[in-house]
Formats: sequence, structure tokens, C-alpha cells
Amino acid sequence: MKYLMFVCTDTEPDTDPTPEPDVDGWVDKHDASGQRLMGMGLAPKSTATTVRVRNGQTMISDGPFAETKELIVGFDLLECADLDEAIEVARAHPMARNGRIEIRPQADWDRS
Amino acid sequence: MTDARAAAAQAAAAAATEAYQRIVAALIRITGDWTLAEDCAQEALALALDRWPADGVPDNPGGWLMTVARNRALDVLRRGTVERRKLRDLAVLALTAATAEPEPEEIVDDRLRLIFTCCHPALPLEARVALTLRTICAVATADIARAFLVSESTMTRRLTRAKTKITEARIPYRVPTGPALAQRLPGVLAVLYLLFTHGYNADGEPAFADEAIRLTRLLARLMPDQAEAAALLALFLLQHSRRHTRRDAAGDLVPLDRQDRSRWDHAAIGEAVGILSELPESELPQAGPYALQAQIAACHATAPSVEDTDWPRIADCYDRLAELQPSPVIELNRAVAHGYAYGPAAGLDLLAKARASGALDDYPLATAAEADLTARAGDRVHAAALFRTAAERAHGASERRALLDRADEVQAG
Repeated sequence: MKYLMFVCTDTEPDTDPTPEPDVDGWVDKHDASGQRLMGMGLAPKSTATTVRVRNGQTMISDGPFAETKELIVGFDLLECADLDEAIEVARAHPMARNGRIEIRPQADWDRS
Repeated sequence: MTDARAAAAQAAAAAATEAYQRIVAALIRITGDWTLAEDCAQEALALALDRWPADGVPDNPGGWLMTVARNRALDVLRRGTVERRKLRDLAVLALTAATAEPEPEEIVDDRLRLIFTCCHPALPLEARVALTLRTICAVATADIARAFLVSESTMTRRLTRAKTKITEARIPYRVPTGPALAQRLPGVLAVLYLLFTHGYNADGEPAFADEAIRLTRLLARLMPDQAEAAALLALFLLQHSRRHTRRDAAGDLVPLDRQDRSRWDHAAIGEAVGILSELPESELPQAGPYALQAQIAACHATAPSVEDTDWPRIADCYDRLAELQPSPVIELNRAVAHGYAYGPAAGLDLLAKARASGALDDYPLATAAEADLTARAGDRVHAAALFRTAAERAHGASERRALLDRADEVQAG
């Protein structure tokens, strides 16, 4: 089962003083285990461009599609047996403490 | 209905309900389809309740129900639409291979699995309680909706959304092991606690308290090395032992010192005290929050009167609880306990500290506690004035009346 991990900032990061895990270590470990298929960090939102097509017209605008305090700063694509496994992978990421991580399963078009 | 027929109906209902949980749990494990499992188990249950009173309860009620539910599930799946063919074929295969009566080890695992999945932290808290009631306790959706003050269609949507998330986000049907179990168990116990309080509150559904006790008893039996599960059962039994005396004829709360202790359920109290005495970690430094609350409740339940209560022990438990789970209400109760154990001055001192943060400002019981401690310190005029202040801020008419009565009593001496 594939899960996408949205790596986001948070207005209230962890206050625990113990050192947080290293992101390269996290990537290496989960690449080796086969749980991380790919992923990348993203450039700041000031570089974002939004594209829409309406009645044949392409509309290009500056900025992200939604203004929120929490920003998506990266993503990782996971392959995990179930949600508990994906949660274990996500909680080991440094941004689980510095920010927050949203996990979304791949849609199952076969169902319903 | 004759007595014999009534007894037969009762025996049928008891046997069928007991087996129901196991059937739902097994069908979910086998098919992975919550709605199908529930529908088919419900149909089997209805058929049993229709036939067993006349025909008698079969030798193997679980096997009978499982066979009916399994055949029903196979019917539904075979008539199902083509879109879900792959899943359907898998479920049909699994169902055909399943034995009519699950192995005893599977039964244990199935019911635990079901509890842990319904209480998964990835589901919204309200949905966890509702799903537990619906799937494990077989409470009708309309009854759950009424207890949560929402319409039946809202509750149906909430349950459907939770079941969809379980399937689509693939929340595992599994009891966590190792360190994950220690992380997940408190969440399960918190759902059971909410379920119990829903049955315990004035506007609650009394049957929910019984369901919470039944489920917690099961959990404590299935996880004998989890002290907090047993402690929660003891806490429920102790609180439930006062169910006949907690409210007067008008439905108003009766304070502990005015309850008729002979009408408490002493069998339940005995069972709870027995559970607590067997807890390996019942010594205070290691006790968890439910063990501490249960110890406090046990001190009250076994005391002949408010005065002859082991207040120093209660004060110790609140000291520890305030460290584990700091909250203004626990600080308030801690101050009251210290007031009884070590004199009103000690209580007033702690109460002043608890109120310093302002967190108890909207809490008339804090003023009432101050009034009570002041009265016992001998300042009756000030105490009466404080009771009147508390009455002004009281949340309900009955609470206000009780506080005004106390003001008059204290003033009269």
C-alpha cells in the first residue's frame, strides 16, 4: 500500500531539548528498508505557481493554492503494509517534531 | 408469556448476545468488510432471537450463529456487483475456508483486535466511542445518536466515515505488540472511560455503563499483565456501586456524606477491592492514573462514614495523581483530601495555590470547597457567605439549592 507523506511546518514545534533525528539518516534507513520509494524537499512558497484551465483559458498565478500558516516543505512516497507501519516511519522523521506530517493513502479506485 | 417461555427467551438472548461479538470480530477478520460483517451478524442474531426461545438454545450457539452469518455473507458477496470482483473473490475464498467455530486462540485475538481497531487514534475520538458501541456492543445506531445528541443520519455518516477510513487508510486489524502496546493501551482505556461516563451522567444512557464494565472486564481478562486495564475495571465497579444512591428522587446529585452507604453495591465493592489487592504495581510510586483513582474510590467505598475514611491515604494518592496528570480539578480534590487528612488550614493552603493560576475561577465547587474548609476551621459566618457566593455561580438549580441549604446549616451551627 502506498502512502504519501506531506512534510509540513507547524506554528508550535516540539520544545523537547533532546537532539532530533538527522534527516539523511532517516532517508538512508527507510530507503534501505524499502519503505521509502522517493521524496524531496521543496523550494519556498515564494517560488510557487498555480495553474488552472477554465473554458480553454489557462490561468497562471503566483503563489500557493491555499494560504495557510502551515506550509508543505517536502514529501516522501512510502510503501507500507498498513497505517501503523506508515505512522512508525513518519514519527521517526525530524519534521514530526519540528513541524507535522500528514499521511494520505493512495486512492483505491477498484473499490466502491 | 409464561415463566418458562420468558426464561427461554432470556437464555436465548444472553447466549446470542454473548456469541455476537465473536461472530462480528471473526467476520471482519475473514472478509475485511466491516459493514458486511455487521449486517450478517445482525441478521444471524435476529434469527437466533426468533428461533431459540421456542427451539431451545443450540449446544454450540457460537457455531450456529457463525454458520448462519457466514452463509448470509457468501450470499451477499456472490450476488455482489462486478466492480468489487477481486476483493469479493478473496472474501468468498476466505469465508469458504473458515471453520464454523473459530479456534479459541482466534476468538481471544479477534475480540482484542476489534477493540484496538475501533479505538485507533487515527479515528476521531467521537467516532471511536460510537464505533465501539455499534460494532462491539451491537447498540443500534439510533440509540447511539440519541446519546450523542445528533440525528441518526449524522451518526450513520460518522460511522460510515470511520469504517471507510479503516478500510482505505488500511488501519490494521491487529493488537499492537511491544512498545506500541504501551502507547496504544491508554487510548483504548480512555475510550472505555468515555463510554462509562456516557452511561453514568444524568442525561446519559445507563446501559452504556454496563457495556463499559463488560468490555473492560473482557480486556482485563485478555490482557492479564496490563495493570491499568484491571485498575480501570475496579474504578468502574466502585463508581457503579453507588448507582442507587447518587441521585435523589428528583434526580439531583446526593453528596457522598449524605448517601445511604448500606445501599451501595457491596458485592461490586468487594470485587473491586479484590482486583486492586492483586495488582502487582499497586504501591503508590509505580501506580498508574487509573490505579490511583481506583485506590481513592476504594478508600471511600470501604469507609463506614466520611469521618472514618482513610484520608491520609487519599491525600497521598492525589499527590501522586497531581504529578502524573496535573489538572485544576485534581488540585482541588487534593486540597479537599489534605483538609480532611491534616486539618482545614492545610487544605485552604493548597486550595489557594490551586486557584492562583485562575483555572478554577469558573468552578463554583472550588468556592464550595473553600466554604467547607472555612466552616471546619470554625469561621461559620465567613463560611456561610462563601457558600452563598458559590450558589450564585452554580451551574444548575439543584446545585444552587444545595449550596444555599449548606449556607443556612453552617450559619445555624
